[in-house]
Amino acid sequence: MNGMRVRSLKNAGMMLLMGLATFIVLTPLIMIFFHIVKMGAGSINLDFFIQIPSPPGESGGGMANGMVGSVILILMASVIGIPTGIFGALYLSEYEGNRLASVIRFCADVLSGVPSIITGLVAYTLIVVPMHGFSAIAGAVALGLIMIPIVLRTTEEQLKMVPGTLREASLALGVPFWRTTLQVTLRSGLKGIITGILLSIARVAGETAPLLFTSLGNHFWSKKITEPMAALPLQIFNFAIAPYEDWHRLAWGGALVLVVVMFGVSLTARWFNRDRSIG
Amino acid sequence: MTTKIKIEDLNVYFRETHAVKNVSLDIPQNRVTAIIGPSGCGKSTILRSINRMHDMIPTARVTGRIILDSTDIYDRTSSPVLIRRRVGMVFQKPNPFPAMTIYDNVIAGYKLSGRLNRADADEIVESSLKRVALWDEVKDRLRRNAMDLSGGQQQRLCIARTIAVKPDVILMDEPASALDPLSTLKIEELIEELKDKYTIVIVTHNMQQAARVSDNTAFFYLGELVEAGGTRKIFTNPEKKQTEDYITGRFG
Repeated sequence: MNGMRVRSLKNAGMMLLMGLATFIVLTPLIMIFFHIVKMGAGSINLDFFIQIPSPPGESGGGMANGMVGSVILILMASVIGIPTGIFGALYLSEYEGNRLASVIRFCADVLSGVPSIITGLVAYTLIVVPMHGFSAIAGAVALGLIMIPIVLRTTEEQLKMVPGTLREASLALGVPFWRTTLQVTLRSGLKGIITGILLSIARVAGETAPLLFTSLGNHFWSKKITEPMAALPLQIFNFAIAPYEDWHRLAWGGALVLVVVMFGVSLTARWFNRDRSIG
Repeated sequence: MTTKIKIEDLNVYFRETHAVKNVSLDIPQNRVTAIIGPSGCGKSTILRSINRMHDMIPTARVTGRIILDSTDIYDRTSSPVLIRRRVGMVFQKPNPFPAMTIYDNVIAGYKLSGRLNRADADEIVESSLKRVALWDEVKDRLRRNAMDLSGGQQQRLCIARTIAVKPDVILMDEPASALDPLSTLKIEELIEELKDKYTIVIVTHNMQQAARVSDNTAFFYLGELVEAGGTRKIFTNPEKKQTEDYITGRFG
């Protein structure tokens, strides 16, 4: 009976420790969220979504150009990052054991560890310098480079989970290898791949550093992708360090929008991944 | 009795492992040939050589010849895709495509190859399912997911899927070992039914099953063919002592 008592006590103690750890993990998240809502909610109105920033000294204005710019940048980055990542992952999973495959896997791991500001510098050297100017293209290249290893590794993990017996079933029916890869292997892993893509988008949506000397930012609407383009995180950064009260308010509003969007994307990713069964 | 498949001097290596050694074997047409032997004797490896499944394994190497009718399936000009349309395969564990309906599973061979003729689809599905005696059980739920079926039904669906692409040969890799006795019986009856039109090669661990379903039996041990011949003879009056010991359960 005494042993039972000791065990219940130990159990209660451990539960308390784990509860405390959970609390410590969640506290900063909740604090950040509440603080951003408190500071940013006041700035959110219709103008915030349809106006460009007003000049210093004037009140009002919005961040419409930053939000649209972010969407365009992410779309262009996706064009670079998603196909490259998926095809790379197909190579890694379907041609496993190949020496080149392990080199690629290693490079992808290194690439995902490169600080994003360095990726920005690469895009600067590759695009901005030869084109003699900052541009949305350069920004998209920088973000695309960040997306590639994320999409690649998550897709590879998904493809590896597709049972070999399914591939064999398809091949044994006289289905060519490439069709088996696309229609059986890739399709079976699709949900997880979409999750990976969404998470990579959530990741680059908040990136500021790689855009600093590529996309640069723009106080007005950008008409061409060969010119500097506004992006939400850039705008937040620029406005937050500016000495104007109105701009600070806009920056808080932008931060709130960004957090809510990323929260939404992450939730969608989870929803896609809710059922891990193949199919 | 016509020879459908002629295996000549077949060797299969995985890296340094010599899994199948100098095997020569004739497989007669419209007969059931059973491949028996203890685990690791190369049964499945031989079976998978007949539809070039080893092509998918980079470390595997196959030498020798396998002649199907008159084509050497390992000839440089032979296409593994076309070979596999002539030589179908049923696996140990039922493996219907989980994202597909029963209907789509039957025509998967056409659909996934992008050569499905919509007009023929219904006919193919019905005749294939009737052939495996599954039609009456599933005709009212063809659009349901294939995973809703029982294990035995799934395996018969896999056989239907295999015969839908009109092969001459069906390879079966322990097709009933994951099934209950009743489902096993149905599969065995089906094998009996199918041999009038197909040449069947079946790998099995189950001696009684080999004795029940096959016309010919080949006994393998450690990658080598020990003895092959009529099933009755192999089971009642084997020439080699090793065969007798295995069949009577003294080892393996």
